[in-house]
Amino acid sequence: MNNQAELVLTPNIARADDFYANLIAAHEGLTKAESDALNARLVLILANHVGNETVLAQALSAARLAKGE
Amino acid sequence: MSRIFETPLYPYARSSDQDAETPVRHPVIVVGAGPVGLAAAIDLAQHNVPVVIIDDNDKVSFGSRAICFAKRPLEILDRLGCGEPMVEKGVTWNTGKVFFDERQVYAFDLLPEQGHKRPAFINLQQYHFEKYMVDRVLELQAAGKQIEIRGGSRVTSIKPRPDHVRLTVETPDGPYELEADWLIACDGAASPIRAMMGLDFVGRVFEDNFLIADVIMDADFPTERWFWFDPPFNRGQSALLHKQPDGVWRIDFQIGWDIDRAEELKPENIDRRLRAMLGEDIKYELEWSSIYTFQCRRMEKFHEGRVIFAGDAAHQVSPFGARGANSGLQDTDNLIWKLKLILDGKAPESLLETYDAERIHGADENIMNSSRSTDFITPKSEISRVFRDAVLDLSERYEFARPLVNSGRLSVPCTYDGSPLNGPDCQTMPRRTRPGSPAVDAPLDQGAWLLYRLDGQFHILAIDAEVPDSLCEHGICATSICLSAAGNDALRERYLGDASSAVYLIRPDQHVAARWETFDEPAMREAIDRASGRI
Repeated sequence: MNNQAELVLTPNIARADDFYANLIAAHEGLTKAESDALNARLVLILANHVGNETVLAQALSAARLAKGE
Repeated sequence: MSRIFETPLYPYARSSDQDAETPVRHPVIVVGAGPVGLAAAIDLAQHNVPVVIIDDNDKVSFGSRAICFAKRPLEILDRLGCGEPMVEKGVTWNTGKVFFDERQVYAFDLLPEQGHKRPAFINLQQYHFEKYMVDRVLELQAAGKQIEIRGGSRVTSIKPRPDHVRLTVETPDGPYELEADWLIACDGAASPIRAMMGLDFVGRVFEDNFLIADVIMDADFPTERWFWFDPPFNRGQSALLHKQPDGVWRIDFQIGWDIDRAEELKPENIDRRLRAMLGEDIKYELEWSSIYTFQCRRMEKFHEGRVIFAGDAAHQVSPFGARGANSGLQDTDNLIWKLKLILDGKAPESLLETYDAERIHGADENIMNSSRSTDFITPKSEISRVFRDAVLDLSERYEFARPLVNSGRLSVPCTYDGSPLNGPDCQTMPRRTRPGSPAVDAPLDQGAWLLYRLDGQFHILAIDAEVPDSLCEHGICATSICLSAAGNDALRERYLGDASSAVYLIRPDQHVAARWETFDEPAMREAIDRASGRI
């Protein structure tokens, strides 16, 4: 495992507006339950892509919007 | 009916102890003749320690109960002389299938590693399991060992003393008193001994019920483990199908918390569930049914003075992952050699502290794994269910999600990392055989197996290394087993790694105590002292 890995929290998506539009579009016409399911699948797919335990722990912590981070 | 679990195997018989003027003192008394109590007693008898087992029943387990026995416990049972009939009788399986809603999401093959005498696990009813152990007790008796099962005898009071235990035993002929230097309580999750001593047993209660139906049927299901999440025949719940010997199938239905037990156990209601699952025209005979709920918990300490707890009496887990009986057998495997050294004056009583340290480590690992399985099978919140279902949906299509599916992580042996009994490690050697690990089996010449050579005593295992025939330290003699890795890839991979030679000190319970590349006498003496709790 690469211990140097660090969660990227600076802009990293080249065409940010396109990605955001695609994300919202993916949820179009879905019920709340279907949207929740899609989000959960997306989180799992992205987490597996990252793989690195340290980065995943940093991402969980960042997502909690904990104070001082 | 003459089912094995309805036939008295060790009926009450009057003992001469009942006519003694003063209570008779025994070195060790075991309470409970379940798998764990029997294993403790057989191990003691093999070490020539006289032992009495007291059990309030006189039969083997009523119903199949524990049905899945893992590789490590089978290796322990080989050392206890009863592994062979169990594996012969047991059902060996490698394929599992996972179903979600109406479809199969994936199948897995466990692909067990080659070069081991024993399979990853077998399915075998607890009543057969106990019967083979009772057979072994009789065999030891015939060989002159002092081992005795007193059936129909119930311990009703216990008085712990600094150097012994006094107990009252109730029998059909009335009560009598006994004394033991050491008492091992293997009296199950509801342990009356633990209750009589007022010891705590705290942990987490899972609010769920499971209906077990053991059915005898001629079905053409393959020998596989099938697990259903949210199937049409048991909506919002799970179900499990497992094959046992003699055409008996174990079916578990998760049925939720708010249920009417008596209603659920009515044959017509079980029949309705079985037909919904297996088809309307299925032909079967119901052998046994039961409803269980469970807790994950353990005692704070596994011994209190001269009273030692083992198995479910000391710790309880959910059934997912087969960690109950399997971990109980690892308890006695860990305990008995230590008790033997203490009884012989070759180790201080403080060695028993390491039974607590090592087996509490094991219990915590089992509780963690079985709690995680339970949380996956029975999600405790809405979002937990959303993620669970997402994992199952993804697993049908993408391989990455399959390791996340948790319908029970099957019991693997515990490694006692950080144990005070561990001596030096050697970094060039494989991690799987580091100090604290159970020795890994390997094939030897002429169909022999490494673990059969590790027979309940300390041993020096030398691979392409020069060692003396044996070494004695403070009355503990470790005899040497000398092997060569030339032409034995399994032995090389499992014990040498990048090293060209190896010297291992192996404990009586087959766990690695220390290892070096070459023999160093002072270091070996120190490791023996350390592994026996002298330093």
